[in-house]
Amino acid sequence: MRTIVQTLPGKASTDKSETGRTFAGVGVSPGRIIGPILLMPQAVREPAMGERLAEGTSPEEASTALRAAAKAVQINLTTRSVGASGAGREVLEATALMANDPMLIKAAVKLITTGASAERAIWDAAASVAEMLHNLGGYMAERATDVLDVRGRIVAELRGVPAPGIPYSDTPFILVGEDLAPADTATLDPAKVLALVTSSGGPQSHTAIIARALGLPAVVAAVGVDSLTDGTVVFVDGAVGTVLVDPGADEVALAKAWETTTAALAVFDGTGRLKDGHLVPLLSNVGGTTDAVKAAAAGAQGVGLLRTEFCFLERDTEPTIAEQVEAYRGVFDAFPGKKVVVRTLDAGADKPLPFLTDASEPNPALGVRGYRTDLTSPGVLERQLAAIALAAEGTEAEVWVMAPMISTAEEAEHFAGLCQAAGLQTPGVMVEVPSAALTAASILGHVHFVSLGTNDLTQYAMAADRQLGPLAALNTPWQPAVLQLIRLTVAGSRDEGHDKPVGVCGEAAADPALAVVLVGLGVSTLSMTARALSPVAAVLASVTLAEAQQLAALALTAHSATDARRIVREKLPILSTLGL
Amino acid sequence: MPERTAVIASRVGLHARPAGIFVAAVGELPLEVTIAMAGEPADDAMDASSILSIMSLGASNGDTVVLRAEGEGADEALDSLVKILETDLDAE
Repeated sequence: MRTIVQTLPGKASTDKSETGRTFAGVGVSPGRIIGPILLMPQAVREPAMGERLAEGTSPEEASTALRAAAKAVQINLTTRSVGASGAGREVLEATALMANDPMLIKAAVKLITTGASAERAIWDAAASVAEMLHNLGGYMAERATDVLDVRGRIVAELRGVPAPGIPYSDTPFILVGEDLAPADTATLDPAKVLALVTSSGGPQSHTAIIARALGLPAVVAAVGVDSLTDGTVVFVDGAVGTVLVDPGADEVALAKAWETTTAALAVFDGTGRLKDGHLVPLLSNVGGTTDAVKAAAAGAQGVGLLRTEFCFLERDTEPTIAEQVEAYRGVFDAFPGKKVVVRTLDAGADKPLPFLTDASEPNPALGVRGYRTDLTSPGVLERQLAAIALAAEGTEAEVWVMAPMISTAEEAEHFAGLCQAAGLQTPGVMVEVPSAALTAASILGHVHFVSLGTNDLTQYAMAADRQLGPLAALNTPWQPAVLQLIRLTVAGSRDEGHDKPVGVCGEAAADPALAVVLVGLGVSTLSMTARALSPVAAVLASVTLAEAQQLAALALTAHSATDARRIVREKLPILSTLGL
Repeated sequence: MPERTAVIASRVGLHARPAGIFVAAVGELPLEVTIAMAGEPADDAMDASSILSIMSLGASNGDTVVLRAEGEGADEALDSLVKILETDLDAE
């Protein structure tokens, strides 16, 4: 939800033949904005195997060029580190030292003297170093990626092409690329990037998730958009999912109107409710204390998902109990008297933790991940539960605990037993595997609540990898099959007899139109990125429970995800009024 | 050749930020400094100005390393480097 209308400073380089051209994609984060684009550079192409020095270039000249390129990369990274802060700064400082590392350069120069080209020499020298680091395991293995990153930068410098990774610019721009990797999104500066547009990727891709967390308008799967040139001015509509080249007066007006809307939507009064007063507590998903403080300030009624693995993603060893207590307590302290749902370590698949997960699994999404790591690394979960119980002592937060990737009632029972042994009174589980949705009644016989993780529930129900652009149409929680699984989970809670709470903590809860459907299906609480709280609250307040139930029924019986979304959106006029 | 031993004080061992600080300090010296784990032959010592060498050394908290340098000012230089290694740089 950015509010800046950015104009290109002076040098318009838009290809006139592209004027008015529209690219249609999938809108994944609302916002209407105008600005110049910068393309994510292509990944650096590997120099040909055995590439030799060019005729007329002596080994001495090639070595000098390599040293100069390495030095230039070092200076560039050092300069950028000065503007960065925290962990980002440390990574940049360390990679800057690697770029001009004497051992790396010596190894490359040695290869040059045997006749290899500078590009091929640094490529192979860095590969050996990376392999050595990889074999050392743990923390060193993680640094192997940094060496390969530096290698790409040096080769790009030698070739005189842009460095790989997110382009660096002093002025704000719209980032256009094929898709963003988690490593790219970590270095994304929200003060410089106005919007994200990708030609590939789906609604659950990292691009989409980071855009929603940062409140950046975003369009994914806009085929062909990466053929535009740097500096082209475009209008991005992150709700409709379109990108228009060389916008006119209409789009300027829309972007201005969006500015007004975001100002109006900036406040959430701290009570989620429907038009008829039916209460729907709106909570926030957080990754640590910083997020929690922001979420509390945004009016969140608690934390519906504390992703504990985010506190430990940089780690190569299991965090100590004391470290965990400190990380959790900061979150609890931000929500006195409110509910905080702690999810135990959800490692594996797209979030590997070296001390828990096996990176060599052929199918990580179907592998030992989430709660299942208790099978291969027993003890980690029990120590984490002990840490959560310790952190909860003396805080005023109401601490609930849930396990990710539960497939059976037996697993839920075992987890509830571990919680009880640790002195944690409110155990629950996530419903993200279809089997858990289908057996919700027996699962809820053992635990106090369930929380639907719609991202994984969708990928497993549709058998479609979250990261794959070509499967974007399958990978949406608007799929009637996914909505049926949500309905069955709620029905399971009623069948169990105690109407135990069924929440949603996936990306679905952050889509204001889908939030109405979820409430209509009987979901009791919604947890989302803090930025989505006010738009979701505004749309929920426009319908009664009976209306939400009618919309849910329409979505459930729709022929397709697209139809479901269209039908529901048509019945919610507030969406177009607000530009959501 | 002047040499010194130092016990690694940083809790994370000699990598990440502590390694960066150490390498930067070595880089400012007009001398060639080598580093090896205690007990390793001097021939296997690594270039102390290389962050990649330092990282591959794999020195953990409490490990003893040997620093060597030759030339004018070597003794003073080694003393200052020992001081860096024996400070918990990660805590600062």
